[in-house]
Amino acid sequence: MRLDDIYTELIMEHNSNKENKRQLEHADTCKRGHNPSCGDDITLEVSFDGDKIKDAAYTGSGCAISQASTSMMIDLMKGKSKQEALELIETFLKMIKREITDDDELEELDDAIALKNISNMPARVKCAVLAWHTLKDAIDESNKEQ
Amino acid sequence: MRDMKQDFPILSSSKNPIVYLDSAATTQKPIQVLDSIRKYYEESNANPHRGSYHLSMMATDAMEEGRNKVKKFLNVNTQKGELIFTKNATESLNLVAYSFGNYFVNEGDEILISIQEHHSNLVSWQRVAKERKATLKYIYLKEDGTFDYPDFLSKINHKTKVVAVTHVSNVLGFINPIKDIINVSKKYGAVTVIDGTQAVPHLSVDLTDLDPDFYIFSGHKLLGPMGVGGLYGTKELLDRMPPFLYGGDMIDYVEEQETDFAPIPAKYEGGTQNVASIVGLSTAIDYLQNIGMEQILAMEQDLVAYTIKKMKELSFIEILGDLDQPRIGVIPFQVKDVHPHDVASILDQDGICIRAGNHCAQPLLKHMGYSSVCRVSFYLYNTREDVDFFINKLKEVRRWLGYEA
Repeated sequence: MRLDDIYTELIMEHNSNKENKRQLEHADTCKRGHNPSCGDDITLEVSFDGDKIKDAAYTGSGCAISQASTSMMIDLMKGKSKQEALELIETFLKMIKREITDDDELEELDDAIALKNISNMPARVKCAVLAWHTLKDAIDESNKEQ
Repeated sequence: MRDMKQDFPILSSSKNPIVYLDSAATTQKPIQVLDSIRKYYEESNANPHRGSYHLSMMATDAMEEGRNKVKKFLNVNTQKGELIFTKNATESLNLVAYSFGNYFVNEGDEILISIQEHHSNLVSWQRVAKERKATLKYIYLKEDGTFDYPDFLSKINHKTKVVAVTHVSNVLGFINPIKDIINVSKKYGAVTVIDGTQAVPHLSVDLTDLDPDFYIFSGHKLLGPMGVGGLYGTKELLDRMPPFLYGGDMIDYVEEQETDFAPIPAKYEGGTQNVASIVGLSTAIDYLQNIGMEQILAMEQDLVAYTIKKMKELSFIEILGDLDQPRIGVIPFQVKDVHPHDVASILDQDGICIRAGNHCAQPLLKHMGYSSVCRVSFYLYNTREDVDFFINKLKEVRRWLGYEA
């Protein structure tokens, strides 16, 4: 595998894009996720409007892959219902596990499809999936609270 | 000096050439070690201490020869201390924490450890402190990143029951003033637990001279196979402490309700031991002694000086810790704007193996203001050519993330 299959312009763009890296003024749920082995540590904040994800943002530190993946996920999730979000998370995780390989099926992931090749780099899979697992935890928690 | 890489199949293979700069995590193994393990299984394998037949005696001999080899290597005073085999340094440290900590540390006692500790010598004492209602205190660092000896003197007192300190930091590579620490601890009646995992592969360690209560090391960090580590302890304490793992081979008489335990070292070696790894470790020690520990350290420090000089020429590199303090072959560093995990992945494309992350020392990194750092670490098979290749590729890392060099 070539390094530029992973360190693509799109991923670099999201890594340096700080639009989603901030604190929400009003967050309904706040969830921390981290990878103890490499030090990625993010805190994801989500505000809901009824069943819909109104806004989301993150703070913390991590490698380019984890930061880009988090930013791509936030772009994708805004305006989605909780159920839609959970389904997208499922699709993303299946893409990483190579259980879904058809690009048509993956189209709904928008920019995050750029992380498809990370499955060729097993050491980095954890970085790519961190935010998605964290969002799933956040949604599960907010469902429980209701 | 002949090219030692030729002895290491993984380093001399032309199929997947690698530059291995992660020896503080584990070392590569010379062919002599691999051959000795194979030979053991081909010619001497049986369960030691059990059979009354020739082969079992051979396995027992192999194990006890290994024990004597390690004791000589560390210059153990055999009147005073004993060497227990474990599966690794973590098990050795847990043995002390459970069998000493759980029975001899009491409410109100203090456990003094350094902020440099690897999680294995930190989390294990954190647990003892919680369960025994003792206080866990930390010795911090001086400005230059080295052990703060005055801080140690200000924190030790007559309530200190345990002083658990690493001989060499696995992140910074600095050598701690362990002899002074042991001497002062004795005056206060504290038991010393020294983690020698990063020291034994690089320094000439003399346990008769240092005279700690416990000293721990790991076989795979000194060219030995994984799966064998050691615990040196004074006979006085090892005799008084209860066993750690219960089962076969550590007993004398077993009745339905009562058991007499075997004398040390067997008392702490329940279950079938990893004899093949002990044999491999024994061969590794021969290999090191053929070169000489002073020579090994000198080679490493020459490489460290060379690498630091090259790194200082790169404006985007920050090296952790004072550059003039003596280190073993360990250099922790940061690449400006690039997360360590990305640095490691990018270098990996050229077969360069470096460590990135918290190095099992989260409290140390947090104390120094980092969440993750890069680390290169050398051993006797590394060369200036390895360093040159690494430095050249390091120059390209920032470009991958879209920065100017």
